[in-house]
Amino acid sequence: MAGSSYKGSNIESVDQFLDDAAGLGSEREQEIGQHIGYRYDVNLVPDYQRLTPFLKDYLEFMGWDDLNWLEDVHMGYEEGQPAIFDRNINGWVRIPDEFKLPDNQQDRDMVARELLIKFQMSPSHPLVQLNKAYRKF
Amino acid sequence: MANMSSQDKLSHDLGMHTEQLTGRTQETFFDLKDDGGFGYHDAFDVDFNKRAEIDASNMGAKEINARIRELMTEGHGTIVVKNPGAKHSLAVGILNRLNLIIEGSLGYFGCGLIDGPNIRISGRVGWSCAENMMAGTLVIEKNAGSTFGAAIRGGDLVCKGSVGSRTGIDMKGGTIIVGGDTGAFSGFMMQRGRMVVCGNAGKNLGDSMYDGTIYIGGEITDLGVDAVPSELTDLDKAWLTRKLTMYGLLPEKGVNHFQKIVAGKQLWNYDNLEPTEKKLIL
Repeated sequence: MAGSSYKGSNIESVDQFLDDAAGLGSEREQEIGQHIGYRYDVNLVPDYQRLTPFLKDYLEFMGWDDLNWLEDVHMGYEEGQPAIFDRNINGWVRIPDEFKLPDNQQDRDMVARELLIKFQMSPSHPLVQLNKAYRKF
Repeated sequence: MANMSSQDKLSHDLGMHTEQLTGRTQETFFDLKDDGGFGYHDAFDVDFNKRAEIDASNMGAKEINARIRELMTEGHGTIVVKNPGAKHSLAVGILNRLNLIIEGSLGYFGCGLIDGPNIRISGRVGWSCAENMMAGTLVIEKNAGSTFGAAIRGGDLVCKGSVGSRTGIDMKGGTIIVGGDTGAFSGFMMQRGRMVVCGNAGKNLGDSMYDGTIYIGGEITDLGVDAVPSELTDLDKAWLTRKLTMYGLLPEKGVNHFQKIVAGKQLWNYDNLEPTEKKLIL
């Protein structure tokens, strides 16, 4: 759980996947000419000193003592753009270009968690429409 | 249709026509200023201080689940279920914040598909407890059956006693904590998340695991295919100490003796096959 590698390759800098969208790090990736899997370290341990005020309120609201399921949420990168994976829609949610990213992965992860909660609870979330269309009971 | 050749028309009549599809990839935008609150769009507005009780002794599983839902619609944020009688499939599909206290034991598939609640069970649970759990906390005071936390995706699942075989099979996230021992094939095909076992682990621990981390405080009978020991770092120790303290399971001697098991990554063969497949197609 050290937080220094992803899918068999090492993370060398926080902007690695922004600067190099192809990101063919490992020998295997270079061999097949495409990136393998996640664009972030899935095992990075959250730094609780960096919780945002929004996340603190969310944890208190839910009655949790720590980040709970959000421990598994990280800022990822899709085609050179920062993005968050939303398990409820099985897809990536991209961060707008104008959004200024923090300079370290821990803060980026906290931002990702906050944005994901806001997206999932938003009336614009695709599940809201699916719910209306398909809910049986 | 009018400009079609006779051959095209024949093909079209046989149903072998192509159709120009219109549309676009789904793009959804949302405003960060949308105030959706902290719950899902259709979540019940409950108050943790509003408490209710259910005597489940003469109720069926469906009836008990419906009653829990009804109490949530009335704003009850703390619900106590008495005399659950080890019935199956109780407290499933709760997608809400809620304090649920179950006084007794559950049968199989208890608390499956939950997303958010904090549940405490004073007794035991049967097979596949918390299957597909998404978020929240679930604490079981006694023992649990096989496939504990199968396919869990998030949240903390805690059993203070011992659990059966295939604990955390196919888990894709979240944390499973076992105070006692775990059976054979624990962490089988694990893809992500963390499993902590304070006692011993049975045969084939972490067999075919793809990713994720397993911590074992006791003895490991043997490791499964592609499960390998790894170094326990200071970050691991800090995380273990914090998490185990949260649930009153921190061993007196601390966490330094825990063994860490991860994927050896020798089974990541899918990507190796891909270029071969591409060459065959091209």
